[in-house]
Amino acid sequence: MKSVISGINKLFENRVRLGIMAILAVNDSYDFNNLKETLGVTDGNLASHLRALEENELILVNKQFIGKKPNTSYSISEKGQKLFRTHLKALEEIIRTQ
Amino acid sequence: MDNKSNYSDDLKIIKKLMEDSSRFLSLSGLSGLFAGCLALAGAVAAHFIILKTKTSVLDGFLINLSFQESGKMKALLITDALIVLILALAGSFYFSYRKSLKKGLKVWTPISKRLLINLFVPLIAGGFFILLLFIANQWLLIVPAMLIFYGLALVNAGKFTYSEIFYLGITEIITGMLAGLFQESPLFFWTLGFGVLHIGYGLFMYRKYEG
Repeated sequence: MKSVISGINKLFENRVRLGIMAILAVNDSYDFNNLKETLGVTDGNLASHLRALEENELILVNKQFIGKKPNTSYSISEKGQKLFRTHLKALEEIIRTQ
Repeated sequence: MDNKSNYSDDLKIIKKLMEDSSRFLSLSGLSGLFAGCLALAGAVAAHFIILKTKTSVLDGFLINLSFQESGKMKALLITDALIVLILALAGSFYFSYRKSLKKGLKVWTPISKRLLINLFVPLIAGGFFILLLFIANQWLLIVPAMLIFYGLALVNAGKFTYSEIFYLGITEIITGMLAGLFQESPLFFWTLGFGVLHIGYGLFMYRKYEG
């Protein structure tokens, strides 16, 4: 039981962060606006969660220009993928054992 | 809040986001039904009006015609096939749009863009190759090429939508290979691949996901 709980990551306790990780886990990259639309959150809210995930090196940020417009896209890091999968497994395990 | 329900809600949300963001689920079974019926209508027109029920062996029949007549016939057959293709594509866009409105989903997403790119790359390559066959007068290889390239396009696009599309693609490829082996009846395989298979697939999808 102890090993299961240790798989639960504090960083993923927030729904928005969990959502970001879920989307990035199955897509090569996703840009800010599409994340915002898919998750239905405000700019500021999304930006702060993205920053937290970036600071913990769970996601990678890629800034580029499409024409003259700046475009920021995000992808999951190797560490992020690993922690997210562990978190998912832990969630499944908890639900099954309870 | 109770931990258990919290975790299971988390899991549900994760699963839904992973599913919705990686696959285009607005594809409707009606598109398949519509495309299949159009193909049947196109085949009927080809058989009764253009070829005048003479035979389904194109070359043998075409050889006995004057140069002008056979040229006209080929142009009519190509036009027939193109009309079916354009109307079928228009139908699939329309039915997808309708289904996404009904489900409150967006049509134009990163995943639908990727789906279209993956569908159209083999389709356009196939169209170009068929044009080459047409110019080289390799008339009997056109239907096998149509079915095989279409099947490859579906296999490619299948990664971004319902997995049934992948299997439909495999079936189209096999039909195309058979059409290549039995070149004396191209219209039969064309009707089977674009008509019968689409209708079967459309009915199956409609009953499974929309019925």
